[in-house]
Amino acid sequence: MEWIVPFILTVITASTPLLLAATGELVTEKSGVLNLGVEGMMLVGAIAGFAVTASSGSAILGILAAIVAGTLMSLIFAFLTLTLMANQVATGLALTIFGVGFSALVGSGFVGFAIDPLPALSIPGISAIPILGPILFGQDFLVYLSIAAVIGVGWFLAKSRAGLVLKAVGDSHHSAHAIGYSVIKIRYLATMFGGAMAGLGGAYLSLSYTPMWAENMTAGRGWIALALVVFATWRPGRLVAGAYMFGLISVMQLHAQGAGIHVPSQFMSMLPYLATVIVLVIISSDRAKIRLNAPACIGQAFRAAQ
Amino acid sequence: MVRLEPRRQHSQAMVYLSPVLAILMTLVVGGIIFAFLGKNPFDALYTFFILPINNSYGISELFVKATPLVIIAVGLAMGFRANVWNIGAEGQLTMGAIFGGGLALYFHDSESILLMPAMFVLGALGGAFWAAIPALLRTKFNANEILTSLMLTYVATLFLSFLVHGPWRNPEGFNFPESRPFPDAGLLPIIFEGSRVHLGTAVAVFVVIAGWLLLSKSVIGFQLRVVGKAPQAARHVGFRQKRMVWFTLLLGGALAGLAGLFEVSGPIGQLQPSISPGYGFTAIIVAFLGRLHPVGILFGGLIMALTYLGGELAQITLGLPNAVTGLFQGILLFFLLACDVLTKYRIRFGTIAAKGRTA
Repeated sequence: MEWIVPFILTVITASTPLLLAATGELVTEKSGVLNLGVEGMMLVGAIAGFAVTASSGSAILGILAAIVAGTLMSLIFAFLTLTLMANQVATGLALTIFGVGFSALVGSGFVGFAIDPLPALSIPGISAIPILGPILFGQDFLVYLSIAAVIGVGWFLAKSRAGLVLKAVGDSHHSAHAIGYSVIKIRYLATMFGGAMAGLGGAYLSLSYTPMWAENMTAGRGWIALALVVFATWRPGRLVAGAYMFGLISVMQLHAQGAGIHVPSQFMSMLPYLATVIVLVIISSDRAKIRLNAPACIGQAFRAAQ
Repeated sequence: MVRLEPRRQHSQAMVYLSPVLAILMTLVVGGIIFAFLGKNPFDALYTFFILPINNSYGISELFVKATPLVIIAVGLAMGFRANVWNIGAEGQLTMGAIFGGGLALYFHDSESILLMPAMFVLGALGGAFWAAIPALLRTKFNANEILTSLMLTYVATLFLSFLVHGPWRNPEGFNFPESRPFPDAGLLPIIFEGSRVHLGTAVAVFVVIAGWLLLSKSVIGFQLRVVGKAPQAARHVGFRQKRMVWFTLLLGGALAGLAGLFEVSGPIGQLQPSISPGYGFTAIIVAFLGRLHPVGILFGGLIMALTYLGGELAQITLGLPNAVTGLFQGILLFFLLACDVLTKYRIRFGTIAAKGRTA
């Protein structure tokens, strides 16, 4: 049984970047904006976090840089789609293509650099409790932040006044505008939150999951995060379950070989992607549930009548 | 104050002017980026965009790179017109290469002239098969084709990697992860001596013409044009959305598969883990740059092919990372989308009150 604790720890590290990015995208989508550029924002967050940490020696500065970088990326998206009313699908794709290229360009100077991974929480006595200690009290702070963020977003959307306004904007932008809310401003803020969280998710990859930089290191996690939002039917609580399920699937390939399962590694690597497809099919086929929970105005441009 | 005012009619002039504006703006930003990287911007832009094509071999290479881009983009454009977002062309390309290339490996000592046509068919079938999955999942289970087609791209790439590392690895090779070289009968003929321009380039031109005819003369082409311009009207007249999804995905997949087959039986000549520098993704930009029209796509394909050649040359002569190519491609699409706003809106200076007085 001594393998169980390290196994759970790797599941947590594999799930955290997905949870961070998906939490941000959920808020963005709830406001009626579909930003398909999560993969690009994560990559730029990953390189910003890594480059600043490697140059300054401070992980805190690195994490702040990742937040700023992700937010700036989302601002490009917001300007094009909200101010200039460009097509959201095409702009999201452009953001990912740009992010892949930009991160690779900046990152070419940082390949092979080594940094210390984010320090884990260590409470004398408590973190040493068998099994529960390292799992509950021995994580780095981004793991706690990811859980806190999803709880915070859950409260924000369900209980706060601002959250209700945000949902109103996502469900009926014309009514929200008529009551006097600034649809565009609220969507800008929701999109920026999505960018900041995607940047954090990317930074978790390059600072903690594998403390290094490699081109395209997100390997589709941004897209999986997008699928997770659908899986969760836009409800934060289910996002946690989804992210941890995907974390579990993606570390299974690492442990399969050790467990004596001899399937070619490529087939094991396909699992997260295949699981995404299967999950999307199961959730989406329940059309009534999707209609009930999806923001009604998602992906639609808004222009106030003058 | 600057604001956008809707035009009564879409500006036809801006539809054609917008790509030109976007390219010019990309060049300016490109120059600034080169300056940041410590290069003389004019030298760098010259190396990137002029030097690769100032000789006949360079121009022939431009055709080689534009071939897959144009073939894929014509198919994707049909889908984009109908709001079917197939972004997994890279995976369909890979499956086409596996299906068509697999045939060449099975008949690796064949000299039959029938091998090549059979590879064409299998390549197109492989791509269409891979695109049929998102089509089925969208029409039957309502699953978003953007996410499913992209996820399947990762699956296809891993499958190719498995094949060339495992069962299809060259038994007479040196344990490299690559297949046997294809037999001569499975290699595309070169159509310009002394270059790498192959039969696939001629097919690309044919695809452009056929795509143009399909769009302008056929019933389904008419439906695609209407759906793009007035989706609600199209629904009222009863155009069947499901048929549109199937048609555009199968067509896009078949063309991407064909493009993948052309890469492995043309410039590459065997199967290997990586067979495309992201042609399937770049083709998305080509489709938009070409205004979702086959003839425009021909020009768009040549321009994007130039960014690949320029990127390679800049890597060799200026020591710039290859990633600059992707960066340029992304920036170009940003500017294109931004400029396109001018087809529907005009920029007005002054306040709304000022407009009120003239009314």
